[in-house]
Amino acid sequence: MSKVVIKKAGFYTSIQDLGRLNVAQYGVPRSGAMDSFSAKKANLLLNNSINAAVLEITMTGPVLEFKCDTQIAVCGATFELFIDDKPISNAKAFQIEAGSVLRFGRLIEGFRAYIAVSGGFQSEIILESRSQYRGITAHSRLQNGSELQLLTPEDSTAARARVNFENQHLFSGHLVVYKGPEFELLPQELQEKLFSQNFTLTPAGNRMAIPFKELLPNSLNGILTGPVLPGTVQLTPHGNLIALMKDCQVTGGYPRVLQVSEMGLCQLAQKKPGEQVAFELKELEY
Amino acid sequence: MQLKPKISRLGERAILLQWDFDIAPENLNTLLKAKQFIEYHFVKSKVQVINTYNSLLVTYDLSIENIYDDLLALKSLDFTQLKSEDYKAAHYKLPVCYDTEFGLDLDELSRRNALSISEIIKRHTQPIYTLYFMGFLPGFLYLGGMDERLKIARKNEPIKSVLKGAVGIAENQTGIYPNSSPAGWQIIGNCPVELFNATNENPCPFKAGDQIQFYSVSKMEYENVKEQVESGNFELKPEADV
Repeated sequence: MSKVVIKKAGFYTSIQDLGRLNVAQYGVPRSGAMDSFSAKKANLLLNNSINAAVLEITMTGPVLEFKCDTQIAVCGATFELFIDDKPISNAKAFQIEAGSVLRFGRLIEGFRAYIAVSGGFQSEIILESRSQYRGITAHSRLQNGSELQLLTPEDSTAARARVNFENQHLFSGHLVVYKGPEFELLPQELQEKLFSQNFTLTPAGNRMAIPFKELLPNSLNGILTGPVLPGTVQLTPHGNLIALMKDCQVTGGYPRVLQVSEMGLCQLAQKKPGEQVAFELKELEY
Repeated sequence: MQLKPKISRLGERAILLQWDFDIAPENLNTLLKAKQFIEYHFVKSKVQVINTYNSLLVTYDLSIENIYDDLLALKSLDFTQLKSEDYKAAHYKLPVCYDTEFGLDLDELSRRNALSISEIIKRHTQPIYTLYFMGFLPGFLYLGGMDERLKIARKNEPIKSVLKGAVGIAENQTGIYPNSSPAGWQIIGNCPVELFNATNENPCPFKAGDQIQFYSVSKMEYENVKEQVESGNFELKPEADV
């Protein structure tokens, strides 16, 4: 049987694909890999569909025992990785034999890593996605001792492909952002402040939202509840910026001052609490 | 009121249309007509369109090729002349048990707003509410049209958990918690009907624009409906046209 035993789940490990695309009308969050760039990359290395389910690892990795032969690729945050105590490298396809144990060591760079397997992980599909989310899937993350089935890969020759990706950008703290719907309502001085200082991630960040520590003088009132997306940066009445992430609600009542670019969102997902980012304004073509 | 919306990009994959108007059923109708028009005639790639009180958000799937063309086309569209039919609202009646076992904040509301509990129930079951949109939690209905006398501020401190089906009030809105959740709204009753089930093909029976009215049921009738819901024998059917 093609399966993996989750010997230890790690700090916060969940099944993610690219999320739910047509469910905001029901108030259901999009979900999906926080750093979709790395999740897609791991799948590409194995010749999987880019939407195949991967495991999203946060801060500390799991210990996985494979009960079958397969191939794996780990992308995103750089961890020390061991198969049966032999070190392997990130961002490369590796052949795994039945009985092997994949173990995560020290986190070297970044915050979230993605494990892909040939064919992808099999789990319940709810509202067209395997992404785990509380209240939608049975569990919101993996439990110690649980077992996951693997799907049979469509292309069993799998990947000999070497895909060359530039990871530098992924770990950069310069996030490209666009103006949010309420940006122009901010006083000029505050608009400039958004791009002239760094913002520090607080430990309260999670898959729903990442709040920043710095306080800004906010004179804006709340707005009539309106649509928000992952990447929307809100300014709270208290004066904090909050970046909404993949599990965010579909509507919000705080002014939406910025919208983080898709790549910027992946970069933000790779920042640890206490690290800083800077916003770089780009105009969208109209 | 049919004003031209302000149209802008929200990041790489979405277009936001914002109208300068308040919460009102006729404004919702304007939004839903435009939504219907965009979904039906307009955008060919895979998109989703959601509405709130004064906005539509058009979100694109993975491909973004059409977004520039669509944006230009939307900007040149005359929203006052849309040849789109009025949205056909369905009308539903939902049972609510206002027993104090469920209505944790009925006494508080009664005291603060100087209304007897039976007066509260009367005023809460009288209006036909408009479902504006769903948000906050999967299947949480934002209902407008509540009696002004029932208006009450949110709790200072949200409570840790309310029962699935809890009916609450916050300011001039009323809504139902589709699942057990922390809650900041004042709770006045419980609705035994299932409002959201992620495993159903259509996870929620309602759509934005639908009309909803509550009727008061005793604890016994509540248990009855609850049992039918749990055994799969309860069918929520829209009322005949009113």
